[in-house]
Amino acid sequence: MATIVEWIAIVLALAGAVFCAISAFGLIRLPDVYLRSHAATKSAALGVLFVLVGAFVYFWVVDGDVNIKLLLAIVFVFLTSPVAGHLNGRAAYRSGVKLWKGSVRDDFKEVLEKKGATAPKSVQQPEPPRKP
Amino acid sequence: MTTVFLSIALAVLALAVLGCAYRLIVGPSRSDRIAALDTIGINLLAMIAVFCMLLDTQALTEIILVIGILTFIGTTVMARYIERGSVIEDGDDR
Repeated sequence: MATIVEWIAIVLALAGAVFCAISAFGLIRLPDVYLRSHAATKSAALGVLFVLVGAFVYFWVVDGDVNIKLLLAIVFVFLTSPVAGHLNGRAAYRSGVKLWKGSVRDDFKEVLEKKGATAPKSVQQPEPPRKP
Repeated sequence: MTTVFLSIALAVLALAVLGCAYRLIVGPSRSDRIAALDTIGINLLAMIAVFCMLLDTQALTEIILVIGILTFIGTTVMARYIERGSVIEDGDDR
């Protein structure tokens, strides 16, 4: 019984590692800060949650301890990773990082105009096409 | 056998950190670099969790918490810095 659950924990850790690798791939390949932050925030957080749940299950079964620190880390990563991504994306828009030329929708611009502010000029100009 | 699989997981996570390091060095804007640093911190956290399982010890789990907190605070501070030009402003009582 303990061996089966141990293997489940190890498979969870492997799956989390693969999710982290996919997020790094997205971070390399996607064309824009705003698109990259999707990869950097969501799938990396999912992968880390998988790994931490795997470690939690492992120590629960093998050592018989419920590790509160790992539970706390799971909750903390789950809460802070989207917040950090959101802050970073808003800071990128406010400091005038360009949108990708294929972007079709810009909701934050309307919000800024409703409040009387204007979006930074450089955001509106499309990025030049990437070199291969 | 479990050691082999955990080592594979560790190697895959190290590859992920390498990919993030590429974006950290190349990234055209500062926000790219901040996102890459955030992801590096989170992957480091996962690496330490796998390392805990590999060494069969619970002594390193505090480090997971500390790295999580430091990564979040670092990302927040850097995003605020590039958004407003300063981290702590005068008359900032929010």
